[in-house]
Amino acid sequence: MTSALDITQAVNPPRSVFVNFPLGHQTGKPNQPDLQRQIVRDALEAFETIARPGAIVELPYVWDENDRGWETTDYTGDFLPPRPPKEDADTVEAERQARFARSSVR
Amino acid sequence: MAVEYIPRTRELYSSYAPYKWTVNEATPPWTPLHMPIAEAKLAVIGSGGILYRDQPRFHREDASYRLIPKSARQDDLSIWHFGYRTADAEADHNCIFPLARLRELEATGVIGELADPAYSFMGGVYSARKVRDELAPRIADELLKAHVDAFYLVPA
Repeated sequence: MTSALDITQAVNPPRSVFVNFPLGHQTGKPNQPDLQRQIVRDALEAFETIARPGAIVELPYVWDENDRGWETTDYTGDFLPPRPPKEDADTVEAERQARFARSSVR
Repeated sequence: MAVEYIPRTRELYSSYAPYKWTVNEATPPWTPLHMPIAEAKLAVIGSGGILYRDQPRFHREDASYRLIPKSARQDDLSIWHFGYRTADAEADHNCIFPLARLRELEATGVIGELADPAYSFMGGVYSARKVRDELAPRIADELLKAHVDAFYLVPA
């Protein structure tokens, strides 16, 4: 499964399925199970239809029919939030651990 | 128009030494699938930094992987990854790790069996050597032991 066509062309895996969505949505938009299911089904179908090593199947889904602006901005400039300082990351991790420790007692 | 992520990544990380992208020019290895996908045992592998419950987070250059029970629900999973915008995937992991959808496709017979567990790693490992020589062989070994027929890799 890929949303980065040029990287996949370079890596050249045996079988690939490309969906032209912003990175982080390789199998669809959040809370749209029908779209997600269709993308995954299409990808699985490629196991049976791809006959040439290195082939990339391009799926027809469009992120936004009325606005292709994301294609200009995805993964540019301030796209990625700054990596949190170590102390902040440690706090987030401690909270995550505590949350699951609590819920396992229930 | 497909976005060209290689030049964008070069630009985004311009303060670092240029990343050496993996380029494989030879014809890729080919293993035919000797059965319909409806009869195959399929494993899913995500590189979006998915963690199950209290599994330890990933670290910088972390080439380890986690085993995710195939029964995992939204509330069981979290994400530890700094290389993509994770908000949508945090709201619904099926954006990058479609476990719920694969369970449905197993239930309706589209795939023969969804292998348990699923596999997860954090794709922001800058050493291609580490991935090629350490991470990939370990996961491949797991897949062989689990007797899966096919695997579905979802990078993020």
